[in-house]
Amino acid sequence: MSMKSSTRQVTGITIVDLSGRITLGEGSVLLRDMVRDLVTKGERKILLNLGDVTYIDSSGIGELVSAFTTVRNQGGELKLLNLTKKVHDLLQITKLYTVFDVKDDEATAVAAFK
Amino acid sequence: MTAKRVSYTLDSSLQSVNTAEETAQLLAAKAGFDEDNCLKISMAVREAAVNAVLHGNAYDPSKKMTVAFENTGQALVITITDEGRGLDVNSVPDPTTPENLLKQSGRGIFLMRSFMDEVRIRLLAPGTEVTMVKNVSGTAANHKEASK
Repeated sequence: MSMKSSTRQVTGITIVDLSGRITLGEGSVLLRDMVRDLVTKGERKILLNLGDVTYIDSSGIGELVSAFTTVRNQGGELKLLNLTKKVHDLLQITKLYTVFDVKDDEATAVAAFK
Repeated sequence: MTAKRVSYTLDSSLQSVNTAEETAQLLAAKAGFDEDNCLKISMAVREAAVNAVLHGNAYDPSKKMTVAFENTGQALVITITDEGRGLDVNSVPDPTTPENLLKQSGRGIFLMRSFMDEVRIRLLAPGTEVTMVKNVSGTAANHKEASK
């Protein structure tokens, strides 16, 4: 299943619900374009909901890192929500878990933005 | 497990990467690995196949990737070969050090080593051969690990 995304706004926070696979090719390109588009439109508070992401490879991890730095370099914040065990484990292995601000609950995540 | 070897010669495309990953998942399950280890094996194969197709063969249609799976009874041994310019494994930095943590790429070999029991990388002329081993539980290697 290729990656799909939908965007919604909750009290000034842009929540992106992602599903499927974030892998080299379609998935990672879609994520990159979507984050760049949001930043271009002036969005600076972005929450990526990964609850329905079934698979992610090193290219997908790279795109998450790239999204994080792109938003941060514009003075914004990007947080992650609802990691599956697979994605959680991958971020632990790669030592990225402490880099990202990861939340398990949407309301808590939204409230955590400055 | 009974000893068996299968080999595939594939085009340098993303479709081939997916084929290698799906085949690994299938053969790992057939070899008796549990769901968690099947996922680790297929992810390691995907990373090696991406390296072969993207960094090795650079999507060159005249160059092929070979993926071989061997079930030795003690382990699943997977060998992925490309026809590219060759990978200098010493030039690949540790992606978990602070200076590399926010780099976009460079995690493929690290993940392969994290998921498999053994990863060997050999330069060919031309190309690179990556051999990855996943031991079946209950083998000597795992007994040794358990007794530590």
